Amino acid sequence: MMAEFEPQIVAFCCNWCTYAAADLAGTSRVHYPPNVTIVRVMCSSMVNPIYVLKAFEGGADGVLVAGCHHTDCHYIDGPVKCDATVDKLRKVLHVLGLEDERLRRELVAASEGVVFARIIKEMVEQLKKIGPSPFKVKTEALA
Amino acid sequence: MNLEDIIQETKTYYCLECGKCTSICPVARYDSSFSPRLMIENALLGFGDELLLSKELFSCLTCYTCQKECPSDIDFPIFVRKARSMAQDNGQHGVCAHSGQLQSLARLMTSPVIKQKRLEWLSKEYRVSENSDVLLWVGCAPYFAPIFEDIEFNALDITRASLKTLNLLGIEPKLLPNERCCGHDALWTGEIETFKKLAEHNAAQIKEAGVKKIVFSCPEGYRTFKLDYPNYVDLRCEVLHISELLAEKIGENGVKFKEIKKKVTYQDPCRLGRHLGVYDAPRKVIESIPGIELVEMRHSGLESICCGTSAFTNCDSYSNMLRAERLCEAMETGAELLITACPKCQTHFRCAMVDKGEEHRSTPKIEIMDLANLVANAIEERR
Repeated sequence: MMAEFEPQIVAFCCNWCTYAAADLAGTSRVHYPPNVTIVRVMCSSMVNPIYVLKAFEGGADGVLVAGCHHTDCHYIDGPVKCDATVDKLRKVLHVLGLEDERLRRELVAASEGVVFARIIKEMVEQLKKIGPSPFKVKTEALA
Repeated sequence: MNLEDIIQETKTYYCLECGKCTSICPVARYDSSFSPRLMIENALLGFGDELLLSKELFSCLTCYTCQKECPSDIDFPIFVRKARSMAQDNGQHGVCAHSGQLQSLARLMTSPVIKQKRLEWLSKEYRVSENSDVLLWVGCAPYFAPIFEDIEFNALDITRASLKTLNLLGIEPKLLPNERCCGHDALWTGEIETFKKLAEHNAAQIKEAGVKKIVFSCPEGYRTFKLDYPNYVDLRCEVLHISELLAEKIGENGVKFKEIKKKVTYQDPCRLGRHLGVYDAPRKVIESIPGIELVEMRHSGLESICCGTSAFTNCDSYSNMLRAERLCEAMETGAELLITACPKCQTHFRCAMVDKGEEHRSTPKIEIMDLANLVANAIEERR
Protein backbone atom coordinates (compact mmCIF):
# COMPACT_ATOMS: atom_id res chain seq x y z
CA MET A 1 0.00 0.00 0.00
CA MET A 2 1.63 3.26 -1.19
CA ALA A 3 1.89 5.96 1.44
CA GLU A 4 0.14 9.18 0.45
CA PHE A 5 2.48 11.71 -1.13
CA GLU A 6 3.48 14.37 1.41
CA PRO A 7 4.82 17.44 -0.39
CA GLN A 8 7.85 19.27 0.97
CA ILE A 9 7.69 23.06 0.83
CA VAL A 10 10.59 25.40 1.46
CA ALA A 11 9.34 28.79 2.59
CA PHE A 12 11.64 31.83 2.52
CA CYS A 13 10.06 34.18 5.02
CA CYS A 14 11.13 37.70 5.82
CA ASN A 15 12.15 38.23 9.42
CA TRP A 16 9.98 41.26 10.11
CA CYS A 17 6.66 40.22 8.59
CA THR A 18 6.11 36.72 7.32
CA TYR A 19 8.31 34.93 9.84
CA ALA A 20 6.46 36.80 12.60
CA ALA A 21 3.18 35.78 10.99
CA ALA A 22 4.24 32.13 11.04
CA ASP A 23 5.13 32.56 14.70
CA LEU A 24 1.75 34.16 15.41
CA ALA A 25 -0.01 31.25 13.71
CA GLY A 26 1.87 28.96 16.06
CA THR A 27 1.16 30.81 19.27
CA SER A 28 -2.48 31.31 18.31
CA ARG A 29 -2.80 27.55 17.75
CA VAL A 30 -3.92 28.09 14.15
CA HIS A 31 -3.16 24.72 12.62
CA TYR A 32 -1.31 24.33 9.33
CA PRO A 33 0.27 21.25 7.78
CA PRO A 34 3.83 20.42 8.92
CA ASN A 35 5.04 20.00 5.32
CA VAL A 36 6.99 23.23 5.37
CA THR A 37 10.62 24.11 6.13
CA ILE A 38 10.85 27.80 6.98
CA VAL A 39 14.02 29.67 6.10
CA ARG A 40 14.19 33.04 7.79
CA VAL A 41 15.67 35.83 5.67
CA MET A 42 16.02 39.43 6.74
CA CYS A 43 14.08 40.63 3.71
CA SER A 44 12.30 38.83 0.89
CA SER A 45 14.55 40.74 -1.54
CA MET A 46 17.43 38.74 -0.06
CA VAL A 47 16.09 35.71 -1.85
CA ASN A 48 18.50 35.10 -4.71
CA PRO A 49 17.13 32.85 -7.48
CA ILE A 50 19.84 30.34 -6.58
CA TYR A 51 18.13 29.72 -3.23
CA VAL A 52 14.95 28.67 -5.04
CA LEU A 53 16.87 26.60 -7.59
CA LYS A 54 18.88 24.87 -4.86
CA ALA A 55 15.64 24.15 -2.99
CA PHE A 56 14.34 22.35 -6.07
CA GLU A 57 17.67 20.58 -6.51
CA GLY A 58 17.37 19.44 -2.92
CA GLY A 59 13.99 17.85 -3.59
CA ALA A 60 11.48 20.55 -2.64
CA ASP A 61 8.10 20.08 -4.26
CA GLY A 62 7.19 23.73 -3.83
CA VAL A 63 8.85 26.98 -2.80
CA LEU A 64 7.18 29.94 -1.13
CA VAL A 65 8.81 33.37 -1.21
CA ALA A 66 6.96 35.58 1.24
CA GLY A 67 7.60 38.99 2.70
CA CYS A 68 6.16 42.31 3.70
CA HIS A 69 3.51 44.20 1.81
CA HIS A 70 4.93 46.87 -0.47
CA THR A 71 4.63 49.76 1.96
CA ASP A 72 5.75 47.83 5.04
CA CYS A 73 9.30 46.82 4.18
CA HIS A 74 11.84 47.41 6.92
CA TYR A 75 14.37 48.23 4.19
CA ILE A 76 11.95 50.37 2.17
CA ASP A 77 11.88 48.76 -1.30
CA GLY A 78 12.60 45.08 -0.71
CA PRO A 79 9.23 43.76 -1.94
CA VAL A 80 9.61 45.60 -5.25
CA LYS A 81 13.01 44.00 -5.85
CA CYS A 82 11.70 40.61 -4.78
CA ASP A 83 8.79 40.89 -7.24
CA ALA A 84 11.22 41.58 -10.09
CA THR A 85 13.44 38.66 -9.05
CA VAL A 86 10.55 36.22 -8.79
CA ASP A 87 9.00 37.40 -12.09
CA LYS A 88 12.26 36.75 -13.93
CA LEU A 89 12.79 33.43 -12.17
CA ARG A 90 9.26 32.36 -13.05
CA LYS A 91 9.99 32.90 -16.75
CA VAL A 92 13.09 30.70 -16.48
CA LEU A 93 11.27 27.98 -14.51
CA HIS A 94 8.45 28.12 -17.08
CA VAL A 95 10.88 27.09 -19.82
CA LEU A 96 12.08 24.31 -17.52
CA GLY A 97 8.48 23.05 -17.52
CA LEU A 98 7.90 23.70 -13.85
CA GLU A 99 4.24 24.02 -12.92
CA ASP A 100 3.23 27.53 -11.85
CA GLU A 101 1.96 26.34 -8.49
CA ARG A 102 5.38 25.19 -7.38
CA LEU A 103 6.75 28.72 -6.96
CA ARG A 104 4.51 31.00 -4.98
CA ARG A 105 5.06 34.64 -4.12
CA GLU A 106 3.04 36.09 -1.23
CA LEU A 107 2.84 39.24 0.88
CA VAL A 108 2.08 38.39 4.50
CA ALA A 109 2.14 40.98 7.28
CA ALA A 110 3.24 40.20 10.83
CA SER A 111 -0.35 40.25 12.05
CA GLU A 112 -1.56 37.83 9.39
CA GLY A 113 -0.97 34.51 11.13
CA VAL A 114 -4.22 33.11 9.78
CA VAL A 115 -3.23 34.14 6.23
CA PHE A 116 0.11 32.34 6.53
CA ALA A 117 -1.60 29.16 7.70
CA ARG A 118 -4.10 29.37 4.84
CA ILE A 119 -1.33 29.80 2.27
CA ILE A 120 0.52 26.73 3.51
CA LYS A 121 -2.69 24.66 3.60
CA GLU A 122 -3.53 25.72 0.02
CA MET A 123 -0.04 25.00 -1.25
CA VAL A 124 0.02 21.55 0.30
CA GLU A 125 -3.40 20.72 -1.23
CA GLN A 126 -2.31 21.95 -4.67
CA LEU A 127 0.99 20.08 -4.53
CA LYS A 128 -0.73 16.88 -3.43
CA LYS A 129 -2.84 17.17 -6.59
CA ILE A 130 0.03 17.81 -9.01
CA GLY A 131 2.40 15.35 -7.40
CA PRO A 132 6.10 15.31 -6.58
CA SER A 133 8.55 17.70 -8.19
CA PRO A 134 9.95 16.52 -11.56
CA PHE A 135 13.39 17.30 -10.17
CA LYS A 136 12.99 14.80 -7.36
CA VAL A 137 13.71 12.03 -9.81
CA LYS A 138 17.09 13.58 -10.49
CA THR A 139 17.95 14.00 -6.84
CA GLU A 140 17.16 10.39 -6.11
CA ALA A 141 19.32 9.39 -9.03
CA LEU A 142 22.25 11.47 -7.73
CA ALA A 143 21.93 10.14 -4.17
CA MET B 1 41.91 9.54 -10.30
CA ASN B 2 44.87 11.41 -8.91
CA LEU B 3 47.08 14.20 -10.16
CA GLU B 4 49.77 11.77 -11.30
CA ASP B 5 47.25 10.08 -13.60
CA ILE B 6 46.26 13.45 -15.03
CA ILE B 7 49.91 14.30 -15.69
CA GLN B 8 50.44 10.99 -17.46
CA GLU B 9 47.23 11.28 -19.52
CA THR B 10 47.97 14.83 -20.66
CA LYS B 11 51.75 14.37 -20.97
CA THR B 12 52.38 17.61 -19.09
CA TYR B 13 55.77 16.19 -18.02
CA TYR B 14 56.98 17.51 -21.39
CA CYS B 15 56.71 21.04 -20.01
CA LEU B 16 59.95 22.97 -20.58
CA GLU B 17 59.05 25.71 -18.09
CA CYS B 18 59.63 28.21 -20.88
CA GLY B 19 56.69 30.42 -19.85
CA LYS B 20 55.42 31.12 -23.37
CA CYS B 21 51.98 30.02 -22.22
CA THR B 22 51.90 32.58 -19.46
CA SER B 23 53.28 35.37 -21.60
CA ILE B 24 50.50 34.98 -24.16
CA CYS B 25 47.71 34.04 -21.75
CA PRO B 26 44.90 36.64 -21.80
CA VAL B 27 44.00 35.98 -18.15
CA ALA B 28 47.62 36.32 -16.98
CA ARG B 29 47.75 39.69 -18.71
CA TYR B 30 45.36 41.08 -16.10
CA ASP B 31 45.35 38.62 -13.21
CA SER B 32 48.92 38.54 -11.92
CA SER B 33 48.21 35.52 -9.74
CA PHE B 34 47.26 33.41 -12.76
CA SER B 35 50.06 31.50 -14.41
CA PRO B 36 49.63 28.37 -16.53
CA ARG B 37 53.33 27.65 -16.11
CA LEU B 38 53.06 27.80 -12.33
CA MET B 39 49.99 25.57 -12.34
CA ILE B 40 51.83 22.86 -14.27
CA GLU B 41 54.92 23.23 -12.12
CA ASN B 42 52.87 22.79 -8.96
CA ALA B 43 51.42 19.60 -10.37
CA LEU B 44 54.80 18.24 -11.49
CA LEU B 45 56.51 19.09 -8.20
CA GLY B 46 53.83 17.28 -6.23
CA PHE B 47 52.13 20.38 -4.83
CA GLY B 48 48.69 19.07 -5.70
CA ASP B 49 46.86 21.14 -3.13
CA GLU B 50 48.40 24.37 -4.46
CA LEU B 51 46.72 23.58 -7.74
CA LEU B 52 43.51 21.89 -6.67
CA LEU B 53 42.55 24.27 -3.89
CA SER B 54 43.44 27.44 -5.77
CA LYS B 55 40.90 29.89 -7.14
CA GLU B 56 43.11 30.16 -10.22
CA LEU B 57 42.27 26.63 -11.30
CA PHE B 58 38.84 27.92 -12.26
CA SER B 59 40.09 31.14 -13.87
CA CYS B 60 41.45 29.48 -16.97
CA LEU B 61 39.35 30.36 -20.00
CA THR B 62 40.32 27.09 -21.74
CA CYS B 63 40.74 29.28 -24.82
CA TYR B 64 43.71 27.29 -26.25
CA THR B 65 45.87 30.39 -26.79
CA CYS B 66 48.61 28.77 -24.70
CA GLN B 67 48.59 25.40 -26.41
CA LYS B 68 49.12 27.06 -29.79
CA GLU B 69 52.35 28.63 -28.46
CA CYS B 70 53.57 25.69 -26.41
CA PRO B 71 56.74 24.13 -27.89
CA SER B 72 55.74 20.85 -26.24
CA ASP B 73 52.17 21.09 -27.54
CA ILE B 74 50.77 20.54 -24.06
CA ASP B 75 46.98 20.52 -23.98
CA PHE B 76 46.64 22.84 -21.00
CA PRO B 77 42.84 23.22 -21.25
CA ILE B 78 42.35 19.45 -20.97
CA PHE B 79 44.83 19.33 -18.09
CA VAL B 80 42.75 22.02 -16.36
CA ARG B 81 39.51 20.22 -17.15
CA LYS B 82 40.72 16.98 -15.61
CA ALA B 83 42.16 18.80 -12.59
CA ARG B 84 38.83 20.58 -12.11
CA SER B 85 37.04 17.24 -12.10
CA MET B 86 39.33 16.17 -9.25
CA ALA B 87 38.73 19.48 -7.49
CA GLN B 88 34.94 19.04 -7.82
CA ASP B 89 35.22 15.67 -6.10
CA ASN B 90 36.75 17.61 -3.19
CA GLY B 91 33.93 20.13 -3.16
CA GLN B 92 35.74 22.91 -5.07
CA HIS B 93 33.79 24.55 -7.83
CA GLY B 94 35.27 27.95 -8.52
CA VAL B 95 33.31 31.14 -8.09
CA CYS B 96 30.16 30.59 -10.15
CA ALA B 97 28.83 33.66 -11.92
CA HIS B 98 25.24 34.73 -11.27
CA SER B 99 25.42 32.86 -7.95
CA GLY B 100 25.56 29.54 -9.76
CA GLN B 101 22.11 29.77 -11.36
CA LEU B 102 23.32 28.57 -14.76
CA GLN B 103 25.11 25.59 -13.21
CA SER B 104 22.02 24.77 -11.15
CA LEU B 105 19.79 24.87 -14.24
CA ALA B 106 22.04 22.36 -15.99
CA ARG B 107 21.78 20.02 -13.01
CA LEU B 108 17.99 20.42 -12.90
CA MET B 109 17.87 19.50 -16.59
CA THR B 110 19.33 16.08 -15.83
CA SER B 111 15.90 15.03 -14.59
CA PRO B 112 14.49 12.45 -17.00
CA VAL B 113 10.87 13.49 -16.50
CA ILE B 114 10.83 17.23 -17.11
CA LYS B 115 8.65 18.51 -19.94
CA GLN B 116 10.27 21.76 -20.96
CA LYS B 117 8.57 24.56 -22.88
CA ARG B 118 11.47 25.43 -25.14
CA LEU B 119 9.63 26.19 -28.35
CA GLU B 120 7.06 28.83 -27.41
CA TRP B 121 8.98 31.35 -29.54
CA LEU B 122 8.29 29.22 -32.65
CA SER B 123 5.69 31.18 -34.58
CA LYS B 124 3.87 30.25 -37.78
CA GLU B 125 6.27 32.15 -40.05
CA TYR B 126 8.95 29.49 -39.48
CA ARG B 127 8.79 26.14 -41.17
CA VAL B 128 9.90 23.03 -39.36
CA SER B 129 9.39 19.41 -40.22
CA GLU B 130 9.04 16.28 -38.12
CA ASN B 131 10.49 14.23 -40.98
CA SER B 132 13.60 16.21 -41.76
CA ASP B 133 16.97 14.54 -41.38
CA VAL B 134 18.46 17.90 -40.40
CA LEU B 135 18.13 19.03 -36.80
CA LEU B 136 18.57 22.64 -35.69
CA TRP B 137 19.97 22.60 -32.17
CA VAL B 138 18.26 25.33 -30.16
CA GLY B 139 20.48 25.02 -27.09
CA CYS B 140 20.25 27.37 -24.15
CA ALA B 141 18.65 30.27 -26.05
CA PRO B 142 15.16 29.89 -24.49
CA TYR B 143 16.80 30.18 -21.05
CA PHE B 144 19.24 32.94 -21.90
CA ALA B 145 16.39 35.08 -23.24
CA PRO B 146 14.78 35.74 -19.82
CA ILE B 147 18.06 35.50 -17.88
CA PHE B 148 19.91 38.14 -19.90
CA GLU B 149 17.04 40.57 -20.47
CA ASP B 150 18.90 43.15 -18.39
CA ILE B 151 21.85 43.30 -20.74
CA GLU B 152 19.55 43.77 -23.72
CA PHE B 153 20.33 40.44 -25.29
CA ASN B 154 17.70 38.05 -26.57
CA ALA B 155 19.49 34.85 -27.52
CA LEU B 156 16.35 33.66 -29.29
CA ASP B 157 16.99 36.34 -31.95
CA ILE B 158 19.91 34.16 -33.06
CA THR B 159 17.74 31.04 -33.12
CA ARG B 160 15.01 32.79 -35.08
CA ALA B 161 17.53 34.17 -37.57
CA SER B 162 19.13 30.74 -37.97
CA LEU B 163 15.77 29.13 -38.62
CA LYS B 164 14.71 31.89 -41.04
CA THR B 165 17.99 31.50 -42.92
CA LEU B 166 17.64 27.73 -43.13
CA ASN B 167 14.07 28.14 -44.41
CA LEU B 168 15.21 30.60 -47.09
CA LEU B 169 17.80 28.04 -48.18
CA GLY B 170 15.02 25.51 -48.60
CA ILE B 171 15.70 23.59 -45.40
CA GLU B 172 12.85 22.82 -42.99
CA PRO B 173 14.70 21.34 -40.02
CA LYS B 174 13.44 19.31 -37.13
CA LEU B 175 13.46 20.89 -33.68
CA LEU B 176 13.57 18.88 -30.48
CA PRO B 177 11.08 20.11 -27.85
CA ASN B 178 12.91 18.63 -24.89
CA GLU B 179 16.63 19.12 -25.56
CA ARG B 180 18.85 19.17 -22.54
CA CYS B 181 21.74 21.54 -22.05
CA CYS B 182 24.67 20.24 -24.13
CA GLY B 183 26.64 20.11 -20.90
CA HIS B 184 29.58 22.20 -22.11
CA ASP B 185 29.86 24.24 -18.92
CA ALA B 186 29.39 21.21 -16.68
CA LEU B 187 32.14 19.37 -18.54
CA TRP B 188 34.62 22.26 -18.47
CA THR B 189 34.08 22.96 -14.76
CA GLY B 190 34.61 19.30 -13.93
CA GLU B 191 30.98 18.29 -13.16
CA ILE B 192 31.39 15.07 -15.09
CA GLU B 193 28.38 13.23 -13.65
CA THR B 194 26.04 16.05 -14.65
CA PHE B 195 27.63 16.15 -18.09
CA LYS B 196 27.22 12.41 -18.61
CA LYS B 197 23.53 12.51 -17.73
CA LEU B 198 22.89 15.43 -20.08
CA ALA B 199 24.82 13.72 -22.88
CA GLU B 200 22.88 10.51 -22.41
CA HIS B 201 19.52 12.32 -22.54
CA ASN B 202 20.52 14.18 -25.69
CA ALA B 203 21.95 11.15 -27.44
CA ALA B 204 18.78 9.15 -26.74
CA GLN B 205 16.59 11.91 -28.16
CA ILE B 206 18.74 12.29 -31.24
CA LYS B 207 18.69 8.56 -31.87
CA GLU B 208 14.89 8.58 -31.55
CA ALA B 209 14.65 11.58 -33.87
CA GLY B 210 16.54 9.67 -36.54
CA VAL B 211 18.33 12.75 -37.87
CA LYS B 212 21.59 12.60 -39.81
CA LYS B 213 22.84 16.17 -39.48
CA ILE B 214 22.77 18.62 -36.59
CA VAL B 215 23.24 22.35 -37.24
CA PHE B 216 24.44 24.53 -34.36
CA SER B 217 24.30 28.29 -33.92
CA CYS B 218 26.39 27.93 -30.77
CA PRO B 219 30.06 26.89 -31.09
CA GLU B 220 30.07 25.52 -27.54
CA GLY B 221 27.28 23.06 -28.31
CA TYR B 222 29.01 22.25 -31.59
CA ARG B 223 32.38 21.56 -29.99
CA THR B 224 30.77 19.49 -27.24
CA PHE B 225 28.84 17.30 -29.67
CA LYS B 226 31.75 16.95 -32.09
CA LEU B 227 34.72 16.40 -29.78
CA ASP B 228 33.37 15.47 -26.34
CA TYR B 229 30.16 13.46 -26.84
CA PRO B 230 31.93 10.66 -28.80
CA ASN B 231 33.85 9.80 -25.60
CA TYR B 232 30.64 9.18 -23.72
CA VAL B 233 27.76 8.43 -26.09
CA ASP B 234 27.10 7.10 -29.55
CA LEU B 235 25.88 9.86 -31.83
CA ARG B 236 26.31 8.76 -35.47
CA CYS B 237 25.41 12.18 -36.79
CA GLU B 238 27.17 14.81 -38.79
CA VAL B 239 27.51 18.01 -36.80
CA LEU B 240 28.32 21.45 -38.13
CA HIS B 241 28.11 25.14 -37.35
CA ILE B 242 25.62 27.26 -39.26
CA SER B 243 28.50 29.28 -40.73
CA GLU B 244 29.89 26.11 -42.30
CA LEU B 245 26.50 25.18 -43.73
CA LEU B 246 26.10 28.69 -45.12
CA ALA B 247 29.59 28.72 -46.63
CA GLU B 248 28.74 25.46 -48.37
CA LYS B 249 25.42 26.74 -49.69
CA ILE B 250 26.84 30.04 -50.86
CA GLY B 251 29.19 28.08 -53.06
CA GLU B 252 26.17 26.38 -54.64
CA ASN B 253 23.65 28.12 -56.80
CA GLY B 254 20.87 30.44 -55.93
CA VAL B 255 21.83 32.20 -52.70
CA LYS B 256 21.26 35.89 -53.25
CA PHE B 257 22.02 38.64 -50.81
CA LYS B 258 20.71 42.19 -50.63
CA GLU B 259 23.33 44.87 -50.39
CA ILE B 260 24.28 45.93 -46.87
CA LYS B 261 26.72 48.84 -46.81
CA LYS B 262 28.59 48.37 -43.58
CA LYS B 263 32.11 48.11 -42.25
CA VAL B 264 32.25 45.15 -39.93
CA THR B 265 34.74 43.17 -37.90
CA TYR B 266 34.56 39.58 -36.68
CA GLN B 267 35.24 37.96 -33.32
CA ASP B 268 36.53 34.40 -33.65
CA PRO B 269 34.87 32.43 -30.85
CA CYS B 270 37.43 30.26 -29.02
CA ARG B 271 35.31 27.14 -29.48
CA LEU B 272 34.77 27.69 -33.19
CA GLY B 273 38.28 28.95 -33.94
CA ARG B 274 41.07 27.44 -31.89
CA HIS B 275 39.04 24.45 -30.65
CA LEU B 276 37.59 23.40 -34.01
CA GLY B 277 39.71 25.20 -36.61
CA VAL B 278 36.79 26.97 -38.26
CA TYR B 279 38.11 30.39 -39.28
CA ASP B 280 37.33 30.70 -42.97
CA ALA B 281 33.67 29.72 -43.20
CA PRO B 282 32.29 32.66 -41.20
CA ARG B 283 34.54 35.07 -43.10
CA LYS B 284 33.44 33.65 -46.43
CA VAL B 285 29.82 34.14 -45.43
CA ILE B 286 30.36 37.73 -44.26
CA GLU B 287 32.31 38.70 -47.36
CA SER B 288 29.66 37.20 -49.66
CA ILE B 289 27.26 39.95 -48.69
CA PRO B 290 27.62 42.80 -51.18
CA GLY B 291 28.51 46.12 -49.59
CA ILE B 292 30.08 44.57 -46.51
CA GLU B 293 33.68 45.51 -45.80
CA LEU B 294 35.28 43.07 -43.36
CA VAL B 295 38.21 44.51 -41.41
CA GLU B 296 40.19 42.24 -39.12
CA MET B 297 41.02 43.19 -35.55
CA ARG B 298 44.66 43.40 -34.52
CA HIS B 299 44.45 39.85 -33.16
CA SER B 300 42.30 37.66 -35.34
CA GLY B 301 41.99 34.05 -36.39
CA LEU B 302 44.39 31.86 -34.45
CA GLU B 303 45.47 34.84 -32.33
CA SER B 304 41.94 36.00 -31.60
CA ILE B 305 41.38 37.13 -28.01
CA CYS B 306 38.81 35.34 -25.89
CA CYS B 307 35.65 37.21 -24.84
CA GLY B 308 36.78 36.90 -21.24
CA THR B 309 34.59 34.39 -19.42
CA SER B 310 34.28 30.66 -19.79
CA ALA B 311 31.64 28.36 -18.32
CA PHE B 312 30.18 31.21 -16.26
CA THR B 313 32.90 30.75 -13.68
CA ASN B 314 35.35 33.15 -12.10
CA CYS B 315 33.92 36.09 -13.99
CA ASP B 316 35.60 39.05 -12.35
CA SER B 317 37.01 42.49 -12.97
CA TYR B 318 39.91 40.92 -14.89
CA SER B 319 37.36 39.37 -17.26
CA ASN B 320 35.92 42.84 -17.78
CA MET B 321 39.34 44.34 -18.46
CA LEU B 322 39.94 41.68 -21.06
CA ARG B 323 36.60 42.45 -22.67
CA ALA B 324 37.39 46.17 -22.73
CA GLU B 325 40.69 45.36 -24.44
CA ARG B 326 38.95 43.29 -27.08
CA LEU B 327 36.23 45.89 -27.64
CA CYS B 328 38.95 48.53 -28.06
CA GLU B 329 40.48 46.36 -30.77
CA ALA B 330 37.07 46.23 -32.43
CA MET B 331 36.72 50.03 -32.26
CA GLU B 332 40.21 50.54 -33.67
CA THR B 333 39.23 48.79 -36.88
CA GLY B 334 36.76 51.59 -37.51
CA ALA B 335 33.99 49.03 -37.90
CA GLU B 336 30.39 50.01 -37.20
CA LEU B 337 29.40 46.48 -36.33
CA LEU B 338 31.03 43.62 -34.44
CA ILE B 339 29.95 40.25 -35.79
CA THR B 340 30.09 37.31 -33.41
CA ALA B 341 29.28 33.68 -34.10
CA CYS B 342 28.69 32.66 -30.52
CA PRO B 343 25.84 33.60 -28.15
CA LYS B 344 28.22 33.40 -25.20
CA CYS B 345 30.66 35.89 -26.75
CA GLN B 346 27.77 38.21 -27.44
CA THR B 347 26.41 37.86 -23.90
CA HIS B 348 29.77 38.72 -22.37
CA PHE B 349 30.48 41.67 -24.63
CA ARG B 350 27.01 43.09 -24.07
CA CYS B 351 27.42 42.72 -20.34
CA ALA B 352 30.62 44.75 -20.48
CA MET B 353 28.95 47.46 -22.54
CA VAL B 354 25.87 47.74 -20.34
CA ASP B 355 27.67 47.61 -17.03
CA LYS B 356 28.03 51.00 -15.40
CA GLY B 357 30.74 49.93 -12.96
CA GLU B 358 33.99 51.72 -12.32
CA GLU B 359 36.02 49.65 -14.75
CA HIS B 360 33.50 50.20 -17.54
CA ARG B 361 33.67 53.97 -17.88
CA SER B 362 36.14 53.56 -20.70
CA THR B 363 34.64 50.44 -22.30
CA PRO B 364 33.88 51.29 -25.90
CA LYS B 365 30.37 50.72 -27.14
CA ILE B 366 29.93 49.05 -30.50
CA GLU B 367 26.92 47.49 -32.15
CA ILE B 368 27.03 43.71 -31.90
CA MET B 369 25.25 41.19 -34.03
CA ASP B 370 25.40 37.46 -34.55
CA LEU B 371 26.42 36.13 -37.96
CA ALA B 372 23.02 34.44 -38.25
CA ASN B 373 21.25 37.78 -37.79
CA LEU B 374 23.47 39.46 -40.38
CA VAL B 375 22.72 36.73 -42.90
CA ALA B 376 18.99 36.65 -42.13
CA ASN B 377 18.84 40.42 -42.75
CA ALA B 378 20.72 40.10 -46.03
CA ILE B 379 19.43 36.93 -47.60
CA GLU B 380 16.85 37.31 -50.33
CA GLU B 381 13.86 35.09 -50.79
CA ARG B 382 14.48 32.32 -53.28
CA ARG B 383 11.83 32.23 -56.03
